Amino acid sequence: MLTYIAKRLLHTLPVAFGVSIVCFLLVHDRPLPVQYGLWVLTTLQGDLGVSIATGRPVASELWRALGNTLMLAVLATFIGFVLGCLFGFVAGYFRGSWLDKLASFVSIIGVSVPHYWLGMVLVIIFSVQLNWLPATGAGPGGSADWAWDWVHVRHLILPAVTMSVIPMGIVARTVRALVADILSQEFIVGQRAKGLLDLGVFRHVVKNAAPTALAVMGLQLGYLLGGSILIETVFSWPGTGFLLGQAIFQRDLPLLQGTILVLAMFFVALNLIVDVVQTMLDPRVQRS
Amino acid sequence: MKIFDLGAIALVASLGFSQPSLAQGVLRIGMTAADIPLTTGQPDQGGEGQRFMGLTVYDALVHWDLTRADRPSTLIPGLAASWTVDASDKTKWTFKIRDGVKFHDGSALTAEAVVWNLDKLLKTDAPQFDQRQASQGRSRIPAVGSYRAVDALTLEIITRAPDATLPYQLAWIGISSPAQWEKVGKSWQEFAKTPSGTGPWKLTGFTPRERAELVPNKDYWDKTRIPKLDRMVLIPLPEPNARVAALRSGQVDWIEAPAPDAVTSLKGAGMQVITNAYPHNWTWHLSSAEGSPWNDVRVRKAANLAVDREGLKELLGGLMIPAEGFMPPGHQWFGKPSFKLKRDLAEARKLLAEAGYGPAKPFQTKILISPSGSGQMQPLPMNEFIQQNLAEAGMKIDFEVVEWNTLINIWRAGARHESSRGATGMNYSYFIQDPFTGFMRHLQCDLQPPAGTNWGHYCNADMDKLFNEVRNTFDAAAQAKVLERIHEKYVDDALFLMVTHDVNARALSPKVRGFVQAQNWFQDFGTITMAP
Repeated sequence: MLTYIAKRLLHTLPVAFGVSIVCFLLVHDRPLPVQYGLWVLTTLQGDLGVSIATGRPVASELWRALGNTLMLAVLATFIGFVLGCLFGFVAGYFRGSWLDKLASFVSIIGVSVPHYWLGMVLVIIFSVQLNWLPATGAGPGGSADWAWDWVHVRHLILPAVTMSVIPMGIVARTVRALVADILSQEFIVGQRAKGLLDLGVFRHVVKNAAPTALAVMGLQLGYLLGGSILIETVFSWPGTGFLLGQAIFQRDLPLLQGTILVLAMFFVALNLIVDVVQTMLDPRVQRS
Repeated sequence: MKIFDLGAIALVASLGFSQPSLAQGVLRIGMTAADIPLTTGQPDQGGEGQRFMGLTVYDALVHWDLTRADRPSTLIPGLAASWTVDASDKTKWTFKIRDGVKFHDGSALTAEAVVWNLDKLLKTDAPQFDQRQASQGRSRIPAVGSYRAVDALTLEIITRAPDATLPYQLAWIGISSPAQWEKVGKSWQEFAKTPSGTGPWKLTGFTPRERAELVPNKDYWDKTRIPKLDRMVLIPLPEPNARVAALRSGQVDWIEAPAPDAVTSLKGAGMQVITNAYPHNWTWHLSSAEGSPWNDVRVRKAANLAVDREGLKELLGGLMIPAEGFMPPGHQWFGKPSFKLKRDLAEARKLLAEAGYGPAKPFQTKILISPSGSGQMQPLPMNEFIQQNLAEAGMKIDFEVVEWNTLINIWRAGARHESSRGATGMNYSYFIQDPFTGFMRHLQCDLQPPAGTNWGHYCNADMDKLFNEVRNTFDAAAQAKVLERIHEKYVDDALFLMVTHDVNARALSPKVRGFVQAQNWFQDFGTITMAP
């Protein structure tokens, strides 16, 4: 396993290097090799420069936003993964039935619906009409005063639910296909012939479907970390997406550079973690 | 029965999920800005920055009288208790600094402190010079030549040339505490975190891009203006629908520039939607730089004749005053321009053809716009509407969208600067309160960037002669006559794409009491209280 992790880590390095080159090329004014070396050195020390628009250090803006997006992305991933697996298993297990059709319909809606539109609809229903949940922001005192209590967590619900819709749809469709495939394999027929109960069969299906579902979910978490500009703007959620959107409109290249770099590195790291976990769950991956 | 059950569930749920009640006397405002304005004395974010972070935390030497809603605001003494211009030398001004005024940190205001503040904007080798504040404040006071403290409470300013508009210019300059700057290690970055002015509000803290919190300055020198609220919270909400949702869901008590299509529902929900005239116009500032298609007066007139201002008013739910000139209709300086701003597509096409544009040589250019911002009203749908209007006349317009504060920086850099990226116009809403902000700064030859904010690099000898006449006319009635002639030239030469004037719409929760909406870009929040 350690050898595999080491090899996988080595594969990660060129990707990280490529990402850093792309980010670096956004801003440079000296001979490329010289400035790249200086830039890598300062970046490794945590200095991502100063925002052109605000004069504040990019790192401080970014870390605060990253923490906010992590909260949102992890919760959205959890909701998406649980619901996606549920709909996927139900649809796959009862393939062809009305339950399958209903679960498939929900997952297709999840993949197809524009999530910023859904966000606005949820705001109209739950914030404006029912006045149950807040429409914007990260709490009455902003993200600086964040606490894990109801007053703050309620700000997280609408954006997280909106954000979870796409991963829910993707996971559901993936899991449905996996379950259907696994159920049609000979070893399941054999297990059933030997008198294994549905619960036992279900356990085998879960174990075989988990690695792929996990890989898909890992990628989705990566997308959610960096790809939430629209949702964070709709809900004024002070995360990396909101920050990226502002950096683009403000032509704030240092902020843009730092944000993209860190998000891309997160994505690379997530890929690595998912690969390792997948290998732990399914030794065939390592052998291949 | 089922309906009753659902209603009961909804009621119970809403009780369970309702927000905790906030302390009485806290006003939460949803701004159109995307970030908290600069807190050091010269805010960014345009007029909105000055409204919420300038004239709240800081005072200027000269103030606007914001106590009346039924007449245009006039200048009144601020940190300067009085001022005079020398009868024999019209460039020499003497300001008597108000005695007994303290900064929030407890240090005293003196004439030396005012000189220190002017140095922070104008003297690049001064230790306290701050480029960020200078870029906001320097272009506001082009008349200032030199200055000195005559004694502890007397300030002398010498203007570059006789200039009757100096008090208007000084009304933009916030006075920061030199003692606080020393105390925080002579760093504006640190000063921004714990700022100190003399204003009626103190900034107690802020989270960039999220919120700022202000409390009353109970020791404010003007006892009639000590705020009645316990706190005021500023929240950046650049997206109009997000502002409306925040107000409707009770997250804020006040929003700037509500989305026009939400006005009916806001009123239906019991919100106060208030408007008032104020010195504002919403234009496309056209470039006169080399190669600009707007250098041809026929093209400028064609564009002005293509705009459907009544249609735009319908789009905005009536929340605008269609432009008849650069100044609002009925303004004291309006004069009698001969060019009438009306929709006449046939005439617009004819003028374009005369200028050499047609199927063989289609008109196409790029305009800079912002998605939101102080005074920008609803820039995205409004600009798209105008884009469609101009297309009907045969003019193809491409937009480059940048954030409001970035647009302001481009405006200061000028049309020739690379940041304009070849755009030949920008959608910019203007504060047009006085002769300088209303006319001179846009078109005076020697105010081309970087010296000033003549973004389009317009330069015309006749116009400059008129500006000079204004500066040298200290009699108000005679000055108004010159200003009429200036306005007539503005309109007859179609120097801007003149579209509309805002009505300063804002929506307030029914809990907000005691607000007097002055006919001004700036407002006094000290009179406001919150009903329980």
